[in-house]
Amino acid sequence: MSTASPTTGTPKRSFTTSAAVYVNERTSIAGFVKELGRKAFPDHWSFLLGEVALFSFVVILISGTFLTFFFQASMAEVHYDGSYVPLKGVEMSVAMASTLDISFDIRGGLFVRQMHHWAALLFVAAIGLHMLRIYFTGAFRKPREFNWVIGFTLFILAMAEGFTGYSLPDDLLSGNGLRIIDGLVKGIPVIGTWTSFLIFGGEFPGTQIVGRLYSLHIMILPALVIAFIALHLVFVVVHKHTQYAGPGKTPQNAVGPPILPIYAAKAGGFFFIIFGVLALIAALFTINPIWNYGPYDPSPVSAGTQPDWYIGFADGALRLIPPGWEFVWLDRTWSFNILVPLIAIGIFIVLVLMYPFIEAWITGDKREHHIADRPRNAPTRTAIGAAGVTFYAGLWAAASSDILATHFWLTMEGVIHALQAVVIIGPFIAYFITKRVCIALQKKDREIVLHGYESGRIVRLPGGEYIEVHEPLDEYDRWRLVSFESYAPLMIRPNARGKITAGQKFRASLSRWFFEDRIAPVTKGELESGHGEHH
Amino acid sequence: MAQDDNSGAELAAADSSHAAHASDASPGTALIVQDAFENPGFPAHRPRVTDENPQREKRAQRTVYTLFYLSILGSLWAVAAYMLFPMESNNPGDVRLNNLFIGLGAALALLALGIGIVHWGKSVMEDVELVDERHPIGGSPETQAAAVKVFTDSDRESGFTRRSVIRNSLIGAIVVFPLPALVLFRGLAPQDQLPVPLLSHTMWRKGTRLALDPSGAPIKASDVTIGSAFHVIPEGLNDLEHGKLDEKAKAAVLLMRLEPSELNELPERKDWSYDGIVAYSKICTHVGCPVALYEQHTHHLLCPCHQSQFDVANHCEVIFGPAKRPLPQLPIAIDDEGYLIAQSDFTEPVGPSFWERH
Amino acid sequence: MNRQKRRTGRRHPLATVALLAIGLVFTGGAYAALSAGTTAQAEADSTSQQTIEEGKKLFQANCATCHGLSAEGTDTGPSLVGVGAAAVDFQVGTGRMPMQMQGPQAQEKPVQFTDEQVKQLAYYVASLGPGPDIPDDHLVNGGGDAANGAELFRINCAMCHNVAGAGGALTEGKFAPPLTDVSGVHIYEAMVTGPQNMPVFNDLNISPEDKRDIITYLKYVQDNRSPGGFELGSLGPVAEGLFIWIFGLGAIVAITVWITAKSN
Repeated sequence: MSTASPTTGTPKRSFTTSAAVYVNERTSIAGFVKELGRKAFPDHWSFLLGEVALFSFVVILISGTFLTFFFQASMAEVHYDGSYVPLKGVEMSVAMASTLDISFDIRGGLFVRQMHHWAALLFVAAIGLHMLRIYFTGAFRKPREFNWVIGFTLFILAMAEGFTGYSLPDDLLSGNGLRIIDGLVKGIPVIGTWTSFLIFGGEFPGTQIVGRLYSLHIMILPALVIAFIALHLVFVVVHKHTQYAGPGKTPQNAVGPPILPIYAAKAGGFFFIIFGVLALIAALFTINPIWNYGPYDPSPVSAGTQPDWYIGFADGALRLIPPGWEFVWLDRTWSFNILVPLIAIGIFIVLVLMYPFIEAWITGDKREHHIADRPRNAPTRTAIGAAGVTFYAGLWAAASSDILATHFWLTMEGVIHALQAVVIIGPFIAYFITKRVCIALQKKDREIVLHGYESGRIVRLPGGEYIEVHEPLDEYDRWRLVSFESYAPLMIRPNARGKITAGQKFRASLSRWFFEDRIAPVTKGELESGHGEHH
Repeated sequence: MAQDDNSGAELAAADSSHAAHASDASPGTALIVQDAFENPGFPAHRPRVTDENPQREKRAQRTVYTLFYLSILGSLWAVAAYMLFPMESNNPGDVRLNNLFIGLGAALALLALGIGIVHWGKSVMEDVELVDERHPIGGSPETQAAAVKVFTDSDRESGFTRRSVIRNSLIGAIVVFPLPALVLFRGLAPQDQLPVPLLSHTMWRKGTRLALDPSGAPIKASDVTIGSAFHVIPEGLNDLEHGKLDEKAKAAVLLMRLEPSELNELPERKDWSYDGIVAYSKICTHVGCPVALYEQHTHHLLCPCHQSQFDVANHCEVIFGPAKRPLPQLPIAIDDEGYLIAQSDFTEPVGPSFWERH
Repeated sequence: MNRQKRRTGRRHPLATVALLAIGLVFTGGAYAALSAGTTAQAEADSTSQQTIEEGKKLFQANCATCHGLSAEGTDTGPSLVGVGAAAVDFQVGTGRMPMQMQGPQAQEKPVQFTDEQVKQLAYYVASLGPGPDIPDDHLVNGGGDAANGAELFRINCAMCHNVAGAGGALTEGKFAPPLTDVSGVHIYEAMVTGPQNMPVFNDLNISPEDKRDIITYLKYVQDNRSPGGFELGSLGPVAEGLFIWIFGLGAIVAITVWITAKSN
């Protein structure tokens, strides 16, 4: 294309062509467009969840930029002189006063503020749901392990963005949240006291923290989030999207509408829809009413003091510790009531982060995987996921123990004890039930493949017996039910020196745990031999 | 679905050949079943209503441009709402209307635009489905080998592996060079202060009067009736020029009066209360929330953040929740005029635990 | 308070049945402040002897089972001597008394008496000993300084009742009720008498003018809907988080299904 003669040449050229040529001759973009423009993008609703996160983030950037023009990240004390009567004359920080001005004295300011905050909640929620989809369909397997790590890092960064963001107004609720962070940091052995001292620029609350959080919130963290999103998307392009098993879909192809124009239209339209949904929510529903909370003051606190939802699991972990987990040893204070939640959450995060590598090690499978699993076809993985979700949900629910108590007429002590049980025993129960359910569903799939669908048609046999006719599956429907792989438990074999290492044994026992009671897909032979028996 | 023809057959045939080049990487413990079903290939393309029925296609087009016009209307509405709903009247109801109508306009503009574009893509654009071939992510073995060669060549030419002294000293230098930057961050907190002494003392001194939060008015013992809870700051806190909140964050106290008979005081603290009046730090010993939910009959104090409960009748020992230590007690007495005063500072650091606390 | 007791759920059905059996003869129970501020004086002269007599009859018919024939208190209900007219007006006027059954705390329910009967009861109890009186209208009509009231509310009340007056949990199934539709008089009376486990806020802790300001603030919150739109119960981040997961993300997932469904 770039070898074409100057644009003055052919008068018949359409505007689209001319414009494309004009741009290309100055940017050499043609190769890129040719490569990407007609890529097939597999189509499934669950493949749009990551886009929800991405588009919420764009809304956050747009609304956040507007807010930076008005927000002042200073903790200097002023007497509020804005429109909101119940705070008139009250001493507060400039940060709080400017947030109130955004809300009450700048037209549309409250709308943008609320949209920013709602978008933040949606951003993290969408990342969470997106990750669940990836996990339960095994879309983290080779070659996508790094992208799982990048995505999970984005989840953590998003939480950090959220926390630094909602702490900026310096209101009572977020101030108490910072107070908790201060206490949490101080409880860390050896470095805690000094870390808190450095974070807050002296004693809590000091006059520094809002400015520091602001630097993180509008510069460092967004830069990291943007960089990681860019990396994440580059990998999506490099790997091509996964697809669900289906007739014609193989590990060697990607089937779907082309990026230009259909996918671009759907995704572009979807961006405006997300933006619109957030605008609608911001127009109709209050979020973070700092005018109720008032300015931060170390003495008051509100009933129902909770963090935003994504920090809830950490707050819940703190609540679930029984009394007395703190000791003095070697003349130093060991705050296990803080360390245990921190370590438990840390282990949980590391396990989630490393899961793709763990599973790859257990299966020893070095092939690329581009077909997303149905969750039932990987029962142990699905069950582990359900256990993890239960653990997280228990911690999360614990962060609202007081609200659960008042709204369900329970005692708060009872709620805490019940959730302690949920967090410790719940994952095992969830694991067991999920695994059984998956295997049962797999067995049902086998039944259907072997004996066909129940047609609902009742036929009377010559002998007077009534039976329901089972319709055999057509080959396309059958393919959806049989196109999965199963793994056998690893056999222990001695290595070159004729020894069985402990690592091998461990790996074999993990492999047994994963695959011992697997259900294999129906084979042609089984179907043929099964036909005669049951009809 | 049912009336499948042979249109997918060729594709299926083409597909099955892929199985051959399904890389030679190890499948691990995956079972390769010999008589597995074969991929039947793509089913016949199913046309949309708008492909078959021109009227439906017309209608879809109409819907799309109507949505775009609606979007324009929404944008204009939002602009009009900006002007029509002022909020300079000190009335939150006006803010509510401003927020509501600007927001509804913007929402309409965006939703109509988005739904219109998606609808265009779904119903009007040609229903094309493409099949891309995937290639191994690692690229061809030749490319991979070439890249590896680049590294081995450059390693050989530079001597990175061979010249280990140079390499290791380089790594050492690179590890050490950020240290000055780290040290600079010591400046995050004041140079002339240390955290532990600051955390160990509060504004309370012998003779400091207990004053009401927030007014700062001193409190007489006779003001504190049984069942009362007073939120207390040290007198003089409001006059501080700097660090008022820092001091308040350590010095906030809750003052309660119980029947003296209900107080079960520690022997060494017998004279820390005055006629059933006790003063305890309001800052939770767990992570520092203000513990101020006082139940006057059960004498329980509850922290609303993590539900630690303290029993005021029993020197504020922990009866539930993650806190370990009792709330520190402020020894109090009365002065000549009958005002409540502190006997001293707290005898232990208040607030959350920290490493050097003991 | 032993640990055994704290473990028993307050809503155990058998406990309720047992209590109901004991309480069949109850026409009322009571649970008022054990003591109250001593500042306000019952204004005996403003209420005729007849009112007090009527109140006494009502009391003996409805309250004496628990509080004793002359309000001296029994095992099941505290003495009401000296609690003042304010305590009675609050407890009976909000329907908390007579109590349906013993529980962690008296529940609000439909008021059992007419306004006149409530006043008669109140003045009867006030005649037994000096205690806080029903406040004057100028203290409860919301004519004070909302900003001062809001600050005092945050310091003295918000930890239990929530900054927006949405209520909150206390220990062992007790709770601080929402203040979103409580009248100014009852708010005032609650502060001076300290009903249930609420501490007493006497006039030297929070002056009558300050109480008026607090009521002014609460009335402001009651009268002005949130500028941001629906409040979601003013419960803060928990409600916001549930909303975005269920309705926000729920709606968006529905949209993703629409986007990727084959057009028809």
